[in-house]
Order: sequence, then structure tokens, then C-alpha cells
Amino acid sequence: MGKYVEMIRIRFLMMLAYRTNYYTGILIYAINISAYYFLWSAIYGGKSSMQGMSLGQMTTYVAISWLARAFYFNNLDREIAMEIRDGKIATELIRPYSYLGMKAVQGVGEGLFRLFFLSLPGLLVVSLFLPLEFPEHAKTWLSFGLSLLFSFIIFSELNLLAGVVTFFTFRNEGLLRAKRFIIDLFSGLILPLSFYPDWAQQLMAYMPFQAISYIPSMIITESFQGAAVRDGLLLQAAWCVLLWFPIVLLWRVAKKRLVVQGG
Amino acid sequence: MFYVSVFFQYMAQYMKTKWQYRADLLIEWLSDFMAQAVNLVFLLVVFGHTTLLHGWSRDEMLFIYGFFLVPYAVFGAFFNLWDFNERYIVQGEMDRVLTRPVHSLFQIILERMELESLLGAVPGLIIMLYAGSRLSLSFHWYDVFVFILLVIGGALIYAGIFISLATISFFADARTSIMPMMYNISSYGRYPVDIYHRVIRYILTWVLPFAFVGVYPASYFLHKQEWYGYAFLTPVVGMLFFIIAVMLWSAGVRRYRGTGS
Repeated sequence: MGKYVEMIRIRFLMMLAYRTNYYTGILIYAINISAYYFLWSAIYGGKSSMQGMSLGQMTTYVAISWLARAFYFNNLDREIAMEIRDGKIATELIRPYSYLGMKAVQGVGEGLFRLFFLSLPGLLVVSLFLPLEFPEHAKTWLSFGLSLLFSFIIFSELNLLAGVVTFFTFRNEGLLRAKRFIIDLFSGLILPLSFYPDWAQQLMAYMPFQAISYIPSMIITESFQGAAVRDGLLLQAAWCVLLWFPIVLLWRVAKKRLVVQGG
Repeated sequence: MFYVSVFFQYMAQYMKTKWQYRADLLIEWLSDFMAQAVNLVFLLVVFGHTTLLHGWSRDEMLFIYGFFLVPYAVFGAFFNLWDFNERYIVQGEMDRVLTRPVHSLFQIILERMELESLLGAVPGLIIMLYAGSRLSLSFHWYDVFVFILLVIGGALIYAGIFISLATISFFADARTSIMPMMYNISSYGRYPVDIYHRVIRYILTWVLPFAFVGVYPASYFLHKQEWYGYAFLTPVVGMLFFIIAVMLWSAGVRRYRGTGS
């Protein structure tokens, strides 16, 4: 356990070492959110509510979606693909830790850094001049925290899954890119899913993507109330468990038929 | 002349390598189209709930988006500096580039070109034709040349900004995650800039002039006369940002010491 905690710490420090990234990161986050605020103001065009959400709720939704993304987002799929292609995977596999576990832990370190040092300060800056609406109930914040944790697990599981697939395909840059756009679109990052036409919403209900962004953002804007919060969290938990099986299965097969392409 | 012949030699090699990975090429195209679809879906869904965005109609917004895709495709094909830091600085490839008798930036551009990205312009043209015909826009014979000029200007703006970002690697030994974030910012130039607060409008016009890759030049074809001044500035701003970027690059190369790997 100790070595995993140590890895989180090291990743965190690695991110901290690059100060220029840090300051520009906050600035860019702030520009991003304010541009979205004006875009949505124009879309609302004076209307008090759309799909049951006020402009304030929508702004908060967008700001929190990007905040959450800073936490759950990682490039584990790319890192795994690169280590397979360079042949580094061979040395990784003989080390005394679980390879996938170590990757996931690195994702945690990166996510914590971005959350506390990039997007939270960015959010504070933005909240000085934009009308963001934050909930007052501690219960909402707790549910949101839990939900965010689930988001991280689901996103990372999808990344690990895509990374492990590289064992079989060798080159899958295109696939990884396609996955990223699908997640942006279907997770509710750029638009709350309630804005999509009904048929699309029904389709998306069967996919794990809405559990990544839509559910935590709906919880923090209090657009989900009572039972809806509980159902959302349960759905996220279910996906966490469900996605675990294909990873374990593919990983077992992959290790057996590993081809190290030099390195 | 020498540079032209180098260009065609690289091109020939490029075609050969690409042809070796045909399946991968197909998936790359598909993922490119998907990236474009994300924004298209956003526009279409939003306009399912409203008819006008600050006075701009759905078809006008589509037209701007279609236009944007063309300079963006040109940029993507020739200025693929996405992993410049990782590949050239960290892994030491820059040392190899510098030993050769061709300008370092030109060489890297050739090595990293992705001509298949040019196909991204096709959906752009289709979207423009669709939106243009619904708006029944009229065109002059010389508009083709204006179009080419504005597209080149737009592509140079993108190139200038991303080359400048790449040169940060020469000055700070930092892994830079600024580039992906800049891609997000760039998309705001596609929306009518009059919806933003004047600070953001100013940034998108003069600091990170992404508005010159979308809404300003497209306004010319949409006959929005109030924006004509900005539209015609596009090639000027493009040249300016590109020249600044090349100067920054040269200054960076002079400072470069190599990583020793």
C-alpha cells in the first residue's frame, strides 16, 4: 500500500515542478469558463429557464463540469500504449507491483494536483465576477464528492480498458482519439444531456459516459433532488463494478500473448 | 528551389509510410470527422432550443463553423507541433535536426506533416455549401480568391500561436500542457464575438486572435458589412503572428542546449 501512496506523492510533485504550466493553467481555465458563460447567456437570450435549468445553474454546471474534468481526466490510455510500443512494458511487468494499479494511482496523483492547484483556484477567480450558484447543504457537497470519485474511477477504467486493447492492436492512436470525443459528447461535458433529443437521451442512458460528467454536475447544481441523487450515485457505482470485469479478463489474456517489439 | 525539392522528397516518403498503415489511416479519418461532429452536434442541439443567438441564425453559425474547418485543416496538415516538446526536446531529436542544412522549423514541419488532415476541409466545404444555399448567399467571381487568402491568413494565425507555444520548450524545461488547453480557447473564435464581454473579445482579437479564423472572415461571405474591416485584416494578422513566431523560434534555437539524451 505504501508504495502506491508514494507514487501519488511523486506524481503530484512532478506536476508541481512546472510552474509556468500552473499559472497559465489557472488563467486558461478562467477564460474558458467565462467564454462559456457568455455563450450560454446568448443562448438563453433572456429566457429565465431552459430544460428546467436557470442561467445561473447552467453556468455553475459548465464551471463544475470543467472542474470535475480536471480531476478525472488522465492520459493513462496513451501512456500504456506508448509503453507497449516502446517495449518498456517488459520491465514494468517484472516490477513488484500491479502494473494497472500503479497506473491508476498515477492518475490519482495527477487528478489531485489539477483539482487543487489548477481548477479550484481558477474557479475562485471566476466566481469573483460570474454569478455562480453553489449549494448550501452539506449533503449536496458530500454526494458531489462521492460522485466525483466515481467519475474518476469510471473514466480511468475506460482508459485502462483502451490501453489494454493496445496489447492486441499495437497501433490505436485513432481509436484513442475517437474515445475522447465520444466521452466529451456523451458525458454531458459540453451540454447537459437533458438538452438532447429524446431518442438520443434514451440511447445514452445505456452507456457509461453520462456517469462521468452529467451526474456529478447535476448533483452540485441541485438539478437532481432526493431520489434522483441516489439513483445517479447507484448508477455510477454499478458502472464502476461492471467495467472492472472486461479489464481483468483482457489483462489476463494480454499478459499471456504479450509481444515485446524491441525496446 | 532547394527547399521546394526537399518538400517534394519528404512528401514522396510520407505517402509511402502512410500507405503501409492503411487501416490506421481510415480510423484517423473517422476520428477527425468525429472531432468535427462534437461541435456540430453542440450547434444543432442548441439551436433545437432557440432560434437566434444574439441575432445570428442557425445557418449563419453553421456557415462560420464550416468556414473555420478549412483553415483549421490546412493548419493541422502542416503544423503538427502537438508533441514537439516530448519528441524533439525530451528525446533529443532536436540535435539531429540542427545538424542539417535546412531551416530547423521547416524540417520539423516536413517531418511531422499529416496531409490526410486536409480531408477535414471537405466536411467544412459541405457545411458551407449547405448553410450558404439555405441563406441564399450570392458570390462574386473573385470570392474564390478572397476565400483562399482568408483561409491562408487563418491557418497562419493558428500556426503562429502554436509555433510560439512550442518555442516555450526552448526556454523552460517544462512539459507543457498548455497546448491542449489552447485548443479549447481556439473554439471560441467560431462564435460571434459580440456575445462576449469586451475583455474576452479583445483577447480573441488581438492577443490570441482566434476570431480571425472563424467569425471575422466568415462575416465577409455572410455579407455582414460591419465586420468587413476585421475580415480583411485576417491575412495581415496571420502574417504578423507567423513572423513573430518564426522570430521567437530562432531566438529559442539560439538558446537551445540539448538534453544530452
